[in-house]
Amino acid sequence: MTGVQKRGSGRPWLAISLLGIIDLLILYGVTLMYAQGEIAFALIMLILAVSASWVFISHKAYCYRYVFPGLLGVAVFIVFPLLYTVNIAFTNFSSTNLLSQGRVKNILLAQRHTTGDSIYKFQMFEAIDKGGKTDKKYYLQLTAPDDQVYKTASFRQPTAPKVVKARLASADISTETGVSPLPLRDVIKNRDHLYNLTVKIPDGSQLVMTGIRRFEASSPLYVASDKDDTLVNTLTGETIYPDWETGRYTHDGSDQIGPGFVTYTGWQNFDDILNNPGIKGPFLKIFLWTVIFAGLSVLFTLIVGLLMACLIQWEPLKGNGIYRILLILPYAVPAFISILIFRGLFNQNFGEINVFLDILFGIKPEWFSNATLAKTMVLMVNTWLGYPYIMILSIGLLKAIPDTLYEASAIDGAGPWQNLTQITIPLILKPLMPLLIASFAFNFNNLVLIALLTDGGPDLLGATTPAGATDILVSYTFRLAFGSYGQDYGLASAIATIIFLIVGVIAWLNLQATKKYQSV
Amino acid sequence: MAMVQPRNLKYRVWCARVGLWAFLAVTLFPFFMIISISFRAGNFATGSLIPENPSLEHWSLALGIPWVNADGSITEPFFPVLTWLWNSIKVAFFSSALILILSTSSAYAFARLRFRFREHMLTAMMILQMFPAVLALVAIHALFEKIGHYLPWLGLNSLSAVTISYIGGLALHIWLIKGYFETIDNSLEEAAAIDGATPWQAFRLVLLPLSVPILAVVFILAFITAIGEYPVASVLLHSMDKLTLAVGSRQYLNPQNYLWGDFAAAAILSGLPITIIFVLCQRWIVGGLTAGGVKG
Repeated sequence: MTGVQKRGSGRPWLAISLLGIIDLLILYGVTLMYAQGEIAFALIMLILAVSASWVFISHKAYCYRYVFPGLLGVAVFIVFPLLYTVNIAFTNFSSTNLLSQGRVKNILLAQRHTTGDSIYKFQMFEAIDKGGKTDKKYYLQLTAPDDQVYKTASFRQPTAPKVVKARLASADISTETGVSPLPLRDVIKNRDHLYNLTVKIPDGSQLVMTGIRRFEASSPLYVASDKDDTLVNTLTGETIYPDWETGRYTHDGSDQIGPGFVTYTGWQNFDDILNNPGIKGPFLKIFLWTVIFAGLSVLFTLIVGLLMACLIQWEPLKGNGIYRILLILPYAVPAFISILIFRGLFNQNFGEINVFLDILFGIKPEWFSNATLAKTMVLMVNTWLGYPYIMILSIGLLKAIPDTLYEASAIDGAGPWQNLTQITIPLILKPLMPLLIASFAFNFNNLVLIALLTDGGPDLLGATTPAGATDILVSYTFRLAFGSYGQDYGLASAIATIIFLIVGVIAWLNLQATKKYQSV
Repeated sequence: MAMVQPRNLKYRVWCARVGLWAFLAVTLFPFFMIISISFRAGNFATGSLIPENPSLEHWSLALGIPWVNADGSITEPFFPVLTWLWNSIKVAFFSSALILILSTSSAYAFARLRFRFREHMLTAMMILQMFPAVLALVAIHALFEKIGHYLPWLGLNSLSAVTISYIGGLALHIWLIKGYFETIDNSLEEAAAIDGATPWQAFRLVLLPLSVPILAVVFILAFITAIGEYPVASVLLHSMDKLTLAVGSRQYLNPQNYLWGDFAAAAILSGLPITIIFVLCQRWIVGGLTAGGVKG
């Protein structure tokens, strides 16, 4: 095929101008990113744009035109997040250290303190538009110590810090227009919104609310010093500096001023994992269960799926169209719905499964509090969820096996078992192998099943972190990162990085096994 | 059809039939149960498979219609189920279409064209598809937060962010389509090439029409994966009207507000269209899946 490569499109100018427009848009984005200081992202975008243009213009790169978009998808949505996660694993990124150092510096610079010498009394008015409607807009009248009156622009109830300008008014508003100010209880009701306001008056002073009846002139608490990122407190004269090891602004190294910021902490997170028995112990148990769970899930779904595929492909069995649809139903219904249904059905006291078992055998198994039963339940549900996938794939592959083979074996007097082991399985396993490996990988990281069915429970004893008997590695990490125990993204990413290594090794081993299998 | 029939065929067919029925009875039990529960009044009732006092309470709420109770009080629907369903369908449709386009063209190159790093790329795909997005949730969250600064419609809490992030699932599909392309004899394409067709023309006019069944399989698989995807959507979306069904329906079984009956109705309502789409496409796939153009 390589010898016949020609110009791919009959309208090269259309393609080139389209590419040019896309490139211009990307370049605009790159400039925007660069201007905002995201140099790494801008560089990545630029490299991608250049390589894309080369692939789609150069004739040498013809073959890559077909793979480039797909590779780009893989690079951006698999490879990049993986690398980024490894990067986060070496930081202290968490709910207490969420922002960049620059943002924290800006927050500190935006802090203001009141000087206490100029108090402005205020009254609140409801803004009324020309039609006489109110529309929940308000404005303030501020009276300076020297009895100057200022009127602010109208504003909606601000839920975030907001600056409004005020201009000099000629006279008191209520005496001039007859509109009466809002009563104090309305001011109190709007108190939280008013605390978000900063009023700027024409002489440049910035006023903030300091009491239910007054605003005060304020000035910045910190000013930037000329040295690095050091800030100077205007009240005390103390200098504060960013501590890059712990990620916080500090005065003397022991206190923390303002929110923490993200900084690289080296191997700190990995050290925590290896030397904290409350994490290390459950980690090994969970790893073992993850492997068992994934392996057994693949085995059970393969057995059931292949059996059902063979059965409904069997010609003498009439009505196989109906059977196929019914058998595929567990797969056709979205898994999250089925899992939640099972969660209800397996309920210890009200679930229908225990109601039936109680009537038939007089037993009420504790599906959610007994570790062995919980694991059994997880495997049963997962087999139920997964066998139609193998079945669908097998049906397609079974159709590709020529009927003549079975005719020949029937003439030779072979039974169904011999047909299965001598013809069907050998012919079907080779194309199925990569999919079985994918299925193993899928179950290895089957967060949805565990999170929605058992949420990891029942809890393991002796663990200081949220770890359960049915927890697999990802659900363990997910609970550490997004659970109700504080969001430690850095630690979660460190554990995710360890999972990458484990998954990588398994992937490599499987790949070797597949190659060996295929070369025989 | 095999021409030689074993003697005990009738007996074997009946065995298979009984076995299949028993298996189906166990397999479909949850569906019968959930249909029954959706017609029971109240959220904690237990009872027989066919409800004694059928009530449309849960169905009314799932469709967004307030329900008037027997005592005259009115129950408002708790959650916008139909909005969630629509969100899920939008996300799943567009992400599957993108995945189909990208993976088909890649699979063609991997199956038919020879170029440098082909083997390496395939191996990398094989390994990379074992790393799902679940492992990089923190990074995905941070990435879309950053993107949101430049393109708010593609940032956090947007359906387009979820759609785009699902493209990461294409590595598996590349392998699936490539495997199918390799079962199709390329003599047809070679003939086209001799007649002066470019690789693109051979791909679009010869190979693609022969591959409709596998493309349907891939589209359906991608669609179902996207509908059922929970972790990424749960991290990226947070406002009530933006949720997908997978994220939203969890709210029904909140221990503080256990709505088992409402969940049953919503589950059937939202599961049904997806099931119907699947079953319809299933017939089409099976009809089109001939033994392939391999013979000869």
